[in-house]
Amino acid sequence: MSETMPAVDSTLPYNDVVPGAVIGQDGETLIVAREKWPELARYLRDKEGYDYLSSVTGVDNLTHPKRKDVERFEVVYHLYSIQRGGGPLVIKVRAPEEDPEVPSVVSIWPGADFQEREIWDLFGIRFPGHPNLRRILLWEGFHGHPLRKDWKEAYYEEEKKPFGSRWPKGDYPREKMRLPWQEERAIWQDNVVYPTDFAPDTWQPPEITYHFGLDLYRELEGLKTDRIIVNMGPQHPSTHGVFRMVIALEGETIVGLEPEMGYLHRNHEKIGERNTYLMNIPYTDRLDYICSMSNNLGYVLAVEKLLGDVEVPERAHYLRVIMAEFTRIVNHMWAIGFLLNDLGAFFTPALYAIEERELILDLFEAASGARMMCNYMRPGGVARDVPEGWLDQARKLVNERLPRAIDELDRYLSENEILLARTKGVGYLSPEDAIAYSTSGPVLRGSGVPYDVRKAEPYSIYDRFDFDVVTEEGGDVYARYMVRIREMRESVRILKQALRDIPEGPVMPPGKQKYSFRVPPGEVYQRIEAPKGELGFYLVSDGSPNPYRYHVRAPSFINLTALGPMCVGYKVADAVAVLGSIDIVLGETDR
Amino acid sequence: MADHEYNEVPPELQRNVFFTTLDTIYNWSRGSSLWPMMFGLACCAIEMIATAASRYDMARFGMEVMRPSPRQADVMIVSGTVTKKMVPQIVRLYNQMPQPRYVVAMGSCATAGGPFKEGYNVVSGIDKFIPVDVYIPGCPPTPEALLYGMMRLREKILRQSIKTVPWYREGRDDIPVPVLGPDIFDVRRKDDIKARVRELAAARDESSEA
Repeated sequence: MSETMPAVDSTLPYNDVVPGAVIGQDGETLIVAREKWPELARYLRDKEGYDYLSSVTGVDNLTHPKRKDVERFEVVYHLYSIQRGGGPLVIKVRAPEEDPEVPSVVSIWPGADFQEREIWDLFGIRFPGHPNLRRILLWEGFHGHPLRKDWKEAYYEEEKKPFGSRWPKGDYPREKMRLPWQEERAIWQDNVVYPTDFAPDTWQPPEITYHFGLDLYRELEGLKTDRIIVNMGPQHPSTHGVFRMVIALEGETIVGLEPEMGYLHRNHEKIGERNTYLMNIPYTDRLDYICSMSNNLGYVLAVEKLLGDVEVPERAHYLRVIMAEFTRIVNHMWAIGFLLNDLGAFFTPALYAIEERELILDLFEAASGARMMCNYMRPGGVARDVPEGWLDQARKLVNERLPRAIDELDRYLSENEILLARTKGVGYLSPEDAIAYSTSGPVLRGSGVPYDVRKAEPYSIYDRFDFDVVTEEGGDVYARYMVRIREMRESVRILKQALRDIPEGPVMPPGKQKYSFRVPPGEVYQRIEAPKGELGFYLVSDGSPNPYRYHVRAPSFINLTALGPMCVGYKVADAVAVLGSIDIVLGETDR
Repeated sequence: MADHEYNEVPPELQRNVFFTTLDTIYNWSRGSSLWPMMFGLACCAIEMIATAASRYDMARFGMEVMRPSPRQADVMIVSGTVTKKMVPQIVRLYNQMPQPRYVVAMGSCATAGGPFKEGYNVVSGIDKFIPVDVYIPGCPPTPEALLYGMMRLREKILRQSIKTVPWYREGRDDIPVPVLGPDIFDVRRKDDIKARVRELAAARDESSEA
């Protein structure tokens, strides 16, 4: 053994099987040497049962006060076992500033594909071995990697909010009569930054090669055929927002599909790292803007886990569950309505689905003050109690109206001949692939994998309710549709129990509520079963009132990894149905 | 047939003939059947769909015909955050709309960047690139607010005159499509940017010499 190789510490786990892989331990987190990481990863997947890579994200340690002596970049992996359930195995792989490279694990967990691309895009960490490492949220040619701590945006003011006063002495000249626009303060008079060698006349965008990389011209059984590339989106009536699918076609058959996203990349994480913990709650509303309550729940649970000793009042627990389950019904109604829209039943099913949604939004508005962007939950409880009569209204809805509406949708649609013809056997995803691609939510359960975070790693008070994990064996668009229908019934079941048992009492812990609170240093990953799948929040705190690193594991983003494999071999018209069955929301996909 | 018979309005038509100005009939018909483009960007698009759905029902105002193709649309509702990656496509869609065309900036993001204004990939309002007729505040605006905005747009249309509207003049007022360079790059500001790049480069050289 050469002298530069550190001695293998046999007290650390897994060093007996992959010597020298684990080089440190920080609480539950294992720090892994990057050369040994693929080997250990393969062992963890094959022998230890960690078959589900939930989240991969990067951290830039540049300004972290407690991490002065570690390498600048680290990549954090959260591994779970579908079989066993339970908590994560957290792996960190570090890379120094001058050589930011971490071996890719796409060949081991294909679900790492988009997430590694995102880390390359935002942190500039390269992943040797990745088949298609190009930018995913920004465009090729963008200057810099924005989530690095030394990268400043054009409107940069201060490192942390709340910003100091622009006129601390109160000497603002009266005669100017208005505050300057942000644009006037920026160097380029706009939200742009150009490098000093930028020449607008001769600018050429870098060329993009797509993953499928197939020859467009080839001979097939003696015939000269021609493959064509079709761009669907970003403006397309079926794409659920600004989302582009680059499809390689042979005739009408899809031979390759690559999603292209980032058209709604709103810099959630960069803004989130400047905000205080409390300021981020309204931003989480805008992640998956159909299910703002679930996003709130995931985020406040993460902050509470980081805070440690938060006693959430009983009533607040119940209110959170009620809101989250109402949100699930809203989302599934919406998803089903718009899946039918994509299949060609233009707007009639969607109109029926939206009808119930409006009634639930009325309840949200009465409780929180806003229809869509509820901003309702707080670390420690919920913002305010529900008004008088709210619970009765909710009970009436849950006991009478919603079961009828779900039955109605089921009766009209599930046996419909056209729906069956368009969805049965289309977009097949095997259970093994569903796990490997890190899909979650109805996509995973539609492939017959009974995995639900509410049961696998219960959060809030979900362990008190009696409900079933819905699975369908089909693995096709129809199975995912059926999972949604049946999950709404389970949500109604939970709602009935919660609305029956909800106690009286306060909704926030006693004491004055503060606008800004300090959070002990540490890091936390909290995931919940959001309507679209596993929504995770990864927070790193350095002890200040602002999160040091704030990452969202977005289910619609990671479920899209499976879109390409699911579509290949089907007709181009089916791509729309498959996309509809994944049920994405771009606010969350692009963040 | 005698001449006077031509000059007389037949009795069955007498209650059905009205006299008005060309402007009024032209604007009334345009304003009562605005076809929005089916085009959603972000959260506001969900409220736009809710406005078109049964409870709020935009069809009451003749605006329910959402056209996915810009070639068939009268009004573009910019419903959501405009990002730098998306703005070339939005400008292109705007250019593809036939005149007369109107733009409604729905929500605070489309108006000025909204809560995401400071973001590095966010355009501070769609009016940096295309002319906007009506701004609707809110995050997102409620369906009522969107309907009110559309009413204001109709009022604006009713005030226009066929003698002064721009779209019967020669040429089209198309907007040059911005380019995705190292950052979004508005072609109209090219000279500005070149001068500024030179300035900054000179300043950098000076400081490195010193």
